[in-house]
Amino acid sequence: MARTDETKSLKHNHKLARHNELIAYSFILPNLIGFFIFTFVPIVFSLLLSFCKWNLNGLPDFIGLKNFVKMFTKDPSFYISLKNTFLFTLGVVPFTLVLALALAILMNQKLKGRTFFRSVLFFPYVASLVAVAVVWMALFNPDKGPVNSILMAIGIKNPPRWAASQTWALPTIIGLTIWKGTGYYMVVYLAALQGINHDLYEAAELDGAGGWQKFLNVTWPSITPTTFFILMMLLVSTFKSYDTMYITTQGGPGEATKVLAYHIYNQAFVNNDFGYASAVAMVLFAIVAVITVIQFKTEKKFTDYL
Amino acid sequence: MEKTEMQKKQKLTISYCISRVILYVLLIFMAAIMLVPFAWMISASLKVEKDVFSFPIVWIPKNPQWSNYVTIWKKIPLLIGFLNSAKLTIFTTVLQLLTSSFAAYAFAKLRFRGRDTIFMAYVMTIAIPWQVYMVPQYIMMTQFKLTDSHLGIILMHAFTAFGVFMMRQFFMGIPNELLEAARIDGLSEYGIWAKIMLPLSKPAIATLCITSFTFEWNDFMGPNIYLSTTAKKTLQLMLRMYNTQYSSNYALIMAAATVALIPVLVMFACLQKYFVEGVASSGIKG
Repeated sequence: MARTDETKSLKHNHKLARHNELIAYSFILPNLIGFFIFTFVPIVFSLLLSFCKWNLNGLPDFIGLKNFVKMFTKDPSFYISLKNTFLFTLGVVPFTLVLALALAILMNQKLKGRTFFRSVLFFPYVASLVAVAVVWMALFNPDKGPVNSILMAIGIKNPPRWAASQTWALPTIIGLTIWKGTGYYMVVYLAALQGINHDLYEAAELDGAGGWQKFLNVTWPSITPTTFFILMMLLVSTFKSYDTMYITTQGGPGEATKVLAYHIYNQAFVNNDFGYASAVAMVLFAIVAVITVIQFKTEKKFTDYL
Repeated sequence: MEKTEMQKKQKLTISYCISRVILYVLLIFMAAIMLVPFAWMISASLKVEKDVFSFPIVWIPKNPQWSNYVTIWKKIPLLIGFLNSAKLTIFTTVLQLLTSSFAAYAFAKLRFRGRDTIFMAYVMTIAIPWQVYMVPQYIMMTQFKLTDSHLGIILMHAFTAFGVFMMRQFFMGIPNELLEAARIDGLSEYGIWAKIMLPLSKPAIATLCITSFTFEWNDFMGPNIYLSTTAKKTLQLMLRMYNTQYSSNYALIMAAATVALIPVLVMFACLQKYFVEGVASSGIKG
C-alpha cells in the first residue's frame, strides 16, 4: 500500500518535472529558434563556406584550402587591408584608452554639471555614423573646410589634404573614431572609479601619498581589470570596423583605408566571390578569437587573484 | 604656530582653487571638441550654400535659411526613410525585449535539460562579430527570399545573444523566495514572468530598449547590404543618398543630418541616466 503510494508520487513527480521542463522550453524557444536560424547557423556555415567556391549560381564547389592559398600568396589587397587594420587599431586603441581614463578621472572629482559634461562627452557615441561622418568630412574638406582654413590662417601653407591624401586618410578616420567612441569608454571607466573603496585613498593619504602616488598605488591597480576589459573591447571593435571607411573614403584613396572587414565586404558583395570572402572572414574570426581567449584567461587569473 | 597653520590653510585653498580652474578648463575644452562639429552642422544647415565654408566662421548666420529644412523633404524621400526606420526600430526592439526576457527567465530561474549548454552557446557567440558571418547570413537570406525585405532585417536583429545574456544577468539578482511565494499563491510561471520579473527589471529593460533602439536607428551596413528598393530604405540610407547625390550642397546635407539626429538626441536627453547606467553596469556592447 505504502509502496504503491510511493510509486504513484514518484510517477507524479516525474510527470511534474516533465511538465516543468516543457514550460521552461516554451520560454526559451521563441528566442532560441530565431537565434539559431539567423545567427548560429550562419556562424557554422561561414566555416564551411571558406572551403568552397561559390558565386550563388548553382551549388558551392568544395575546393579545399585553395581560398586560403590564394589569400596568402596571390592577393596583395589582403595584405594591404591586414596592414591597414593593424595601423587603424594601433592608432585608435591607445589614444581612446588614455583619453577615456583621463576624462573619467576628471569627471570623478567633485564637480558641478557632471551630468551635463557626461552627456556631452557621450553623445557622439549615440549619434548616427552617417551623419557625423559627413560633418567630419566637411570640417576636414581639404580645399575649403574650416580646419584647413584655420591652419592656413595660422601660417601653415600646405595643410594636409586629409581624407583625400594617401598618408592622411587613415589618420583622419582614426581621429573620427577616437572622437566618436571615447565617451563610451569614459563611462565604463567612471563606473570603475566610483567603485573604488574610499578607505584606500584615506589610508594612502595617512601614509603621506600625493596625487600621483595615489593614482599609481590605489587607482591604477583597482581599475586594472576594467582597463583590460576595455582594451579587449576596443581591439575587437577596431578589428571588425569598416563602416566608417565605407562611408567616408570607400577604402581609398587607392587602398589607403581598406581594412580587413572591408575586403570581406568587397569580395562578397562587389566581386560575388562568397567562398573567398568567407575565407578572409576566418582570418578576422581568428584574430577576434585570440583576443577573446586572452581576455577569458586573464579574467580567470584576475578572479583567482582577488 | 597659529600663523603657519593659517598660511598652510591659505596655501591649500589657493592650490585647490587652481586645480579647480584647471579641471573646469580641461573639461570645457573637451566638451567643446565634442560639441563643435554638431554646432557647425546646425550653423551650416541654416546658411545659403555659398556661405557654408566662408572664413572666418560665422556661427550664427544673419539670414537663417529655415527653408533648407523644407527643401530637404522634397529632394529625397526622407519621410519614407523616417517611417521605415521607425518601423524597423519598433519591431526589433519589442521583439527583442519580449523574447529575450522570456528566454532569460528560463535560463535564470527554471531547471531543464541542456540549460547550461544552450546558454554557453549564446554566450560564446556574443564575441563573434557580425562581419565574420555576414556573408553566409546573406546567402541564407537570399535562399529564404528575405533580402530587400523589412521582415528579413527584423528577424536578423531581433534575437540577440546580448539581449538574453543581459536580461539573464539581471534576473539572477532577483531573489528566489519571491518566486516561491508567488508559486504557492498559485501564480503560473508565465504569471511570474509578467507580474514579478518584468516589473522588477525596469533598469534592465530600459538598457536593452536603448541599446536596441540606437543600434537599429543608426545601423547602416545591414540595411545597406539588404535593402535595394528606395521605398524600403531607412533614414540612414536616405541620408547617405543625400550625401552622394547632392554632394556639392552642404547646407542641405547638414540640414538632413540635423533632422536625422533629432530622434536620438531627444531619446538620449530623456533617458541619459539609463544610457549611462546601462553602459556602466553591463559594460558590453550589443
